[in-house]
Amino acid sequence: MRLKIVLFVSSVLLLACAVLQLDAQRGARGAAPGAPTQGFPAQQRPPGDATLISRGNTLYGIHCRSCHGADLRGGEQGGPNLLRSEVTMNDQSGELIQPVIREGRRNTGMPSMPAIDLSTDDIRAIAEYIHSILATARGQGNPPPGPPVTLNVLVGDAGAGRAYFESKCSGCHSVTGDLRGIGSRFANPSQLQNLWVAGGAGGRGGGTTPITASVTLRDGQKVQGRVIRSDDFTIVLEMADGTSRSFRREGDVPKVEIHNPREGHIKLLSGYTDKDIHDVTAYLVTLK
Amino acid sequence: MKIARVLLLLTLAALPALSRAQSSVGLDPAVLLKPLADNWPTYSGDYTGRRFSSLTQINRNTVKNLTLSWVTRLNGTAGSPQTILGGVGSGESTTVNVKGFVLYFDDTLYVTSADHVWALDARDGRLLWHYFWRTRGGTHTGNRGVAMWHSYLFFETPDDYLVSLDARTGKERWHVEIADFEQQYFSTMAPVVVGDHLLVGTGNDLDAPGFLQSYDPETGKLQWKFYTVPMNPGDPGLDTWPNLDAARHGGGQVWIPGSYDPETKFYIFGTGNPTPGYTGVGRKGDNLFTCSLIAVNVDTGKMAWYFQTSPHDTHDWDSTQTPVLIDGVINGRPRKLVSTAERNGYFYTLDRVTGEHIVTAKYGSTTNWVKSIRPDGVVEIDPLKEASIPGSLVSPVESGVTNWPPPAYSPDTGLFYVPEHNGFNMLYLTDPDPRGSMGLGGKSVSGVGSAGDFLTAIDYKTGRIAWRKPISGGGVGAGLLATAGGLLFAGDGSGNLMALDSRDGKPLWHTRIGNASNAPETYLLDGRQQLLIAVGDTLYAFTLY
Repeated sequence: MRLKIVLFVSSVLLLACAVLQLDAQRGARGAAPGAPTQGFPAQQRPPGDATLISRGNTLYGIHCRSCHGADLRGGEQGGPNLLRSEVTMNDQSGELIQPVIREGRRNTGMPSMPAIDLSTDDIRAIAEYIHSILATARGQGNPPPGPPVTLNVLVGDAGAGRAYFESKCSGCHSVTGDLRGIGSRFANPSQLQNLWVAGGAGGRGGGTTPITASVTLRDGQKVQGRVIRSDDFTIVLEMADGTSRSFRREGDVPKVEIHNPREGHIKLLSGYTDKDIHDVTAYLVTLK
Repeated sequence: MKIARVLLLLTLAALPALSRAQSSVGLDPAVLLKPLADNWPTYSGDYTGRRFSSLTQINRNTVKNLTLSWVTRLNGTAGSPQTILGGVGSGESTTVNVKGFVLYFDDTLYVTSADHVWALDARDGRLLWHYFWRTRGGTHTGNRGVAMWHSYLFFETPDDYLVSLDARTGKERWHVEIADFEQQYFSTMAPVVVGDHLLVGTGNDLDAPGFLQSYDPETGKLQWKFYTVPMNPGDPGLDTWPNLDAARHGGGQVWIPGSYDPETKFYIFGTGNPTPGYTGVGRKGDNLFTCSLIAVNVDTGKMAWYFQTSPHDTHDWDSTQTPVLIDGVINGRPRKLVSTAERNGYFYTLDRVTGEHIVTAKYGSTTNWVKSIRPDGVVEIDPLKEASIPGSLVSPVESGVTNWPPPAYSPDTGLFYVPEHNGFNMLYLTDPDPRGSMGLGGKSVSGVGSAGDFLTAIDYKTGRIAWRKPISGGGVGAGLLATAGGLLFAGDGSGNLMALDSRDGKPLWHTRIGNASNAPETYLLDGRQQLLIAVGDTLYAFTLY
């Protein structure tokens, strides 16, 4: 997906540059079509030679992996994370990695590394492999995607969740009514959890029920509609016929009453414990 | 094009001839020591970080007559004849979003966006020159503005250069690399001039150490470099990390300007979050000096004191808010203080000479991540509110109760003003690897609602809330300005720029120009007080006639 985005951005840039080239002045200044305006060198690097990378992968497995980890993020024996290393990130084609491999490292306060006798070609292959992994690191320092892990979100006690539901939720919601079968509506229990905590899972206030307001005009007439915008100075409503209507506000005039169907959920946010949330989720997933 | 240039130069020479002659002298660094009034010559207007202007023409009575003086839309392409190209890369980032401060001095405005500087005539918003830095790439999150020293300007680029320009022409004097681009540093901070020091910070999301550097503004030569995390055996704070490798990858970036106390020569600034951001398993301990308020002697670059506002942060809540220097009274005794309202929802007041703790108070209404407060005023994180596999309900959200947009303080009301956001997230741990993740990785978040957005006034002596004014549309987005005219200027989230009564937050004037992207500023031009605000790529100047 990332590649698609890059391709899309690149083509947009190319198109933009092509258009701008028509401007004689700009052409004279020499625009660089498709030159990156985002990203860091590790991600801008052109893909390396596949055979070399594959050989580097094998050599890494033999000589480096036990200390630096299968994913290069450091190992149990104390080898540092190579995906955030000043050496690997500044290296271009093995020239900075080579002395570290050949001479080893003995820094005060850090685990030492023995010298390893490898040929220049082998070291270049290892470097190319490291760069190929660095290139897959994601934005904001996120590591490359690892193998999928299964995480169990359902740690709550469904019985306790039911008790909580009956005391705090059943005033507005019903497991045989608006929440019927809610446990089978979501593939992922965390989606269900996010939605019910936010107050978007069903019920009177749930789903897409909009925020509405009633405005009492000077003559006592009440105007009601969906709130498009409400600030200190203006309220804008969408009327039943799809048109919009705005009202100037001066302090408390006119009287405006806002009805937020999720108000109850917003109040609850300050009251839940995480255990309450996990228990209710465990209960709701049983409502198939 | 040549004719246009000649015409431009002639216009420049003929019209404001007197002031142009003065501009060759430029901005004497001593001007920055004066309280904020006629000019806006540095990030916060002056060194105190109060953003309190002593101008009074625009006040509670006259503000209703405030009117538009001019509008200028900035152009981020290389198309204009006034554009000067620079840079060591070949990428052209043409997006314009003014998200920092605008420097006003000598009838001229200096405005920035990432990779761009524009000089505008403050009388009519007319373009004088445009400097366009061609980039190597990097995170183009924004630029917080220029610094000025005599007739030279300085700004930072996303690909980690400090660039110096001639303020009169926009021509480049020099550029120096200030951080390692390969390690994914990116630079947004507005440099700060203190005497003959140019203070420069930078940013990073990938587990690299944070630092503040001082450069010679004349030559661009490095004077000193202060790391915010331990880099060598024996460095102070190393005992708050499991090992040196963790400390050296521990973050603590310096990306928002600090404040300066000329009597002690202390530059006081906040540091960013520790890294990896959300997975603290590999960095057990308080992680000094990340998420801290630090005082550094500006001549030596040595730390005088520190106070950690968020020990062992695991929520990406950088403590990079603008510290505010207050000369106040505590228990009947005059004190030199510094106050800060942090992204983590806590407000602090300290003695700015000694670093002695005075106040710790929660100002985020729904902030829920603190387990206890230690005897020395340092908050203790509740581990149950860290990212967890089944999800933790956390307030505030990643962007915090407040963020980098600056607060304000009025000595007339004694109130510290700050935007307050009370969002909630479900925060999930998605990478339970015992080594921790990297950068901001290893978690997922889902917003589940907000208990409201406010402009909040805090008593700096006690941390008590004087009042909270609800702000529509997601709250104040871009920082505040207080004035001796009894006003507080703020943009809401519904597109209104508002003047509020600084005593109670009551709106006195507003105009709907779109959501402000930088904090309001004020200055004097031709004897008239001006109000300046940016909305994305457009600047609006208001005045009284």
